[in-house]
Amino acid sequence: MSGKHNWPYAYNVLELYISEQICITINIIRRRANAMTPKGRIGLQAALKCNGGEHINHSLFRENLVPNNGDGGKLSFDNFQKEFSKAVLGIQGSGWAWLGVNPQTKVIEITTTANQDPLLTHYPVVGVDMWEHTFYLQYQNVKPNYLEAIWNVINWKEGEERHTDAVQKGVDAGLNVL
Amino acid sequence: MLSITRNLARPALARAFAPPSATAALHTLPELPYSYDALEPYISKEIMTLHHTKHHQTYVNGLNAAEDALSKSKSVQEKINLQSAINFNGGGHINHSLFWTNLAPSSGDGGKLPSGPLKDAIEKFFGSAEDFKKQMNAQTAAIQGSGWGWLGYNKSSKALEIVTTANQNPLLSHSPIIGIDIWEHAFYLQYKNVKPDYLNAIWNVINFKEAEKRFLEVA
Repeated sequence: MSGKHNWPYAYNVLELYISEQICITINIIRRRANAMTPKGRIGLQAALKCNGGEHINHSLFRENLVPNNGDGGKLSFDNFQKEFSKAVLGIQGSGWAWLGVNPQTKVIEITTTANQDPLLTHYPVVGVDMWEHTFYLQYQNVKPNYLEAIWNVINWKEGEERHTDAVQKGVDAGLNVL
Repeated sequence: MLSITRNLARPALARAFAPPSATAALHTLPELPYSYDALEPYISKEIMTLHHTKHHQTYVNGLNAAEDALSKSKSVQEKINLQSAINFNGGGHINHSLFWTNLAPSSGDGGKLPSGPLKDAIEKFFGSAEDFKKQMNAQTAAIQGSGWGWLGYNKSSKALEIVTTANQNPLLSHSPIIGIDIWEHAFYLQYKNVKPDYLNAIWNVINFKEAEKRFLEVA
C-alpha cells in the first residue's frame, strides 16, 4: 500500500468498523487466543479476517508501536490512548495528531501538526485527522467518542511497516506517498 | 483582556466579560437573542444548538479554568504557559459572543442593510453591498484551516476592511463590525464541504442593524 495512492477498500467496510462493535469483539477473541493451543490459534485466524480482511487489529504490532512512558517502560495501550487524546485536545483549530519516529533518537513519539501541514519533524507512522469534517457528521463535538472508535480501524500492519522502515532504514514514509 | 472589552460597548457583552478580580469572577454563556430555530432555513436548529450549548460553552469553561489557573500561578513561566489557553478560550468566548448578536432571524433584522452610515461606508469602500459580500465570502472561504472572516473598522486609516483571523484569535487589529465563523462546526452538518452555500446563505441572517450600532460606536 505504501507508495501507491489509492483507496484499498469499500467505503462501507470502514463504516462497519466505526459504527459497529466487530473489531472490539475481535480484540477480545485475540486475547483469549493467547491461551489456546497453536492449532486452535490458527483456526482462529480465519475468523479474525473480517469484511475484506486487510485491517486486522494486530495486538503485537500495536504494542510495538506504543510509545514509552517517562520511566522508560512501555505505555499500556489504555495509557497510550489517554496520552494521544491529550495531544489531540491540545490542537487549537484544525490539525492532525501523529505517532511518529523521532529521526535523531529513533524513538516513537506522539506529536501534532496544524491545519494541513505535513509532518516534517518525525517519520510518520500513524496519522489521525482531527479536522472537524472527519468526525462531525457522526460524532458532532464529542471528539473522545471519535478517538475511541478510530483505533478499531487504524491499519497497524501499515504502521508497523512504516515504523520498521523508519527505524532500520531511516526511510520517511511521507516522502514516498505521492 | 480589559482593552478588548473596551471595544465591546454592548452592556450584555460587558456583563459576560466580568473583569478578573482577586477571586476571579466567572464568565458565563450569554443567552441567544432568539430561539435555536430562528435562523432557519439558513442556519439549522441543530447547528445553533450544538454551536451555542456545546462549542461556545466549552470556550467559557476553558476560559474560566485558564483564568483560575492564572490567578493561582506563581512563576512567570507558569503564566506564560497559560497564555495559549487564555488566547484560545478567551478568543472563542469573544468571537462567539459577537457572532450571536450579529445574527438575527430573516423575519426580523436579519439580511436587511438599512440606508444609513454603514451602507454608505460599505458602498464607499467596496463599491456596492453585493461586491462587499462577494469579497467577504472569497476571503473567508480562503482561510486555510479554522478561523473567522471579519468586516472590521481600521481606526488609523478610518477605513472598513475585510480581515481574517485564524482559529479563535480575536480580532485585535480592527474593531469588529461583522464576524462570520468558518470553523467546520459552524456549517458542516447542514452544508457539508460546500462552504460557498453556507457563505451565501448566512447573509440572510446577518444583523446589519447591530453592525451599524458597532460601526457608529467606533467610526
